[in-house]
Amino acid sequence: MRNIWTVFKREFGYYFVSPVAYLVMFMFLVTLGLIFSYQLGAAAQFGGAPDVAGWVLGPFVTLALFLTELLTMRLISEEHRTGTMELIMTAPVREWELVAGKWLAALGYYGVILLVTLIYALIANSVTQPGIDIATLAVSYLGIVLFVGALLAIGLFTSTLFSNQIAAAFAALAIYLGLWLISLPFQDRADTVGDVFNYLNISSHYDNFSTGVIALSDVTYFVTLILFFLFAASQMIESRRWR
Amino acid sequence: MIEVKGLTKRYGERTAIDQLTFHANKGEVVGFLGPNGAGKTTTMRILTGYMPPSEGEGKVAGFDLLTQGLEVRKRVGYLPESVPLYPEMTVMQYLDFMAELRQIPNRQDRVDEVMEMIRIADRADSYIGNLSKGLRQRVGLAQALLHKPEVLIMDEPMDGLDPQQQIEVKRLIREIGKEHTVMLSTHILAHAQELADRVIIIKGGKIVAEDTPERLSAQRAGGGRIYLEVAGDGAGLAEQLGRLPGLGQVRAVSDGNFEIDTLPGADVRGAIAQTVVNGGWQLLELRRDAATLEQVFIELTAGEVEAPAGAAAAEPVAEEEGDAHA
Repeated sequence: MRNIWTVFKREFGYYFVSPVAYLVMFMFLVTLGLIFSYQLGAAAQFGGAPDVAGWVLGPFVTLALFLTELLTMRLISEEHRTGTMELIMTAPVREWELVAGKWLAALGYYGVILLVTLIYALIANSVTQPGIDIATLAVSYLGIVLFVGALLAIGLFTSTLFSNQIAAAFAALAIYLGLWLISLPFQDRADTVGDVFNYLNISSHYDNFSTGVIALSDVTYFVTLILFFLFAASQMIESRRWR
Repeated sequence: MIEVKGLTKRYGERTAIDQLTFHANKGEVVGFLGPNGAGKTTTMRILTGYMPPSEGEGKVAGFDLLTQGLEVRKRVGYLPESVPLYPEMTVMQYLDFMAELRQIPNRQDRVDEVMEMIRIADRADSYIGNLSKGLRQRVGLAQALLHKPEVLIMDEPMDGLDPQQQIEVKRLIREIGKEHTVMLSTHILAHAQELADRVIIIKGGKIVAEDTPERLSAQRAGGGRIYLEVAGDGAGLAEQLGRLPGLGQVRAVSDGNFEIDTLPGADVRGAIAQTVVNGGWQLLELRRDAATLEQVFIELTAGEVEAPAGAAAAEPVAEEEGDAHA
């Protein structure tokens, strides 16, 4: 467990010396800020309550689908490419500790972005009476954390497959888009097949959270994705020892 | 400390190392020699627990390579050939990170101590990316020594160091080698000759020779070669020397300079000196050829050794495989 913390600290620190991490954060915050200020203006003009979950976290989901792989692509592949993996793998660190530490650090980085977005909630809260629904918002944020946690686990996994970062990024993007669009051809089917593919759709599982509902099936979906891909990542790293 | 039997590693069809059996004792410095692609790096990676062998067994620091990898890794210090480091970290940050991974108690003290020992304390706050090759090599060495490993494995530790740094690193290796087991690979034979108590020469993944540098030099290459210089033209000396037992051909290279081939096993320097002095010549120089191990090496590694097809090229290819595993 101590190794997870050690890896976490180094990785988390890396995000604050890495230009990619700053650029990703910049894109998130500029885009979300523009959307929020536009929506707030529109609400003031035409009436309507501020909807932080809809205005900020909805676009956040879409952005995360397109930007997360830029954060995760280097996680393992760079260690392989530069050879630093050789030193990590000859230190008394278990594969899953490395994977968990890196995943938590990436989640921590997203946590920083999410913390900054709380400004919008504060602004929305200050311009409405009697204020926004804090409980619903908290549930939305929980949903977002689970959602990006799953995306990060997928990206971490694809990063173990390639020592080329671009390849790792595209593989992750392919899985994200696959999970996002998987239900599209089955949307109108009311049978079991339709149900199964609709369940696999990643963004539908966030929708419940955004309305303040914590459904067991949604939590199970994200936790399963996270555990599956983290496990797969650590198995991939271990299997490379044998090749 | 290191004990391996029948160690074999295959990368797909290629056999990188083939049935290696050797050992290294506590307090021994073992030099690992071989041409590029002979399997040195592969062997070292197995010994450090980086990857398991395809076949064979081994113990390092008393723990089994296959089943107790984590325990092995706790007790081994490793300096990989390319010295992979994180360029965005400072020397201090990096060593602290590695010390924490190795769960070293009082790690700040230990990091300071090692930085003093390796003489990089003045660069503690420099970013690794800005360091010269020699300094990075030293940071890599510092990292390998942090946990006072029982076994220290170094892949080309002298690579990229200037002569002054080489002297320092050699001093360090000798120091460490007194108490710990050190295994180092090199293709600079003078280093092996100077540092190693014992030398293992491999070619095509197989051990072709194993002995102390002195005995290897003496036994192989038809014994050794001795250079002799006497004052004057040394007329008649060659004939007198020719009568000594244990000597091969005696050649007069120029006036007063002789090259003497010696037969395997015998140290004839004393007898030669005696002959020279007794015959009334003035002895100016008498030395064993410093390049003898090199001759042994060239002879052993250039000669035909039965190796599986493609084995000689296996190591660099394997390196690439490790890098581009797409």
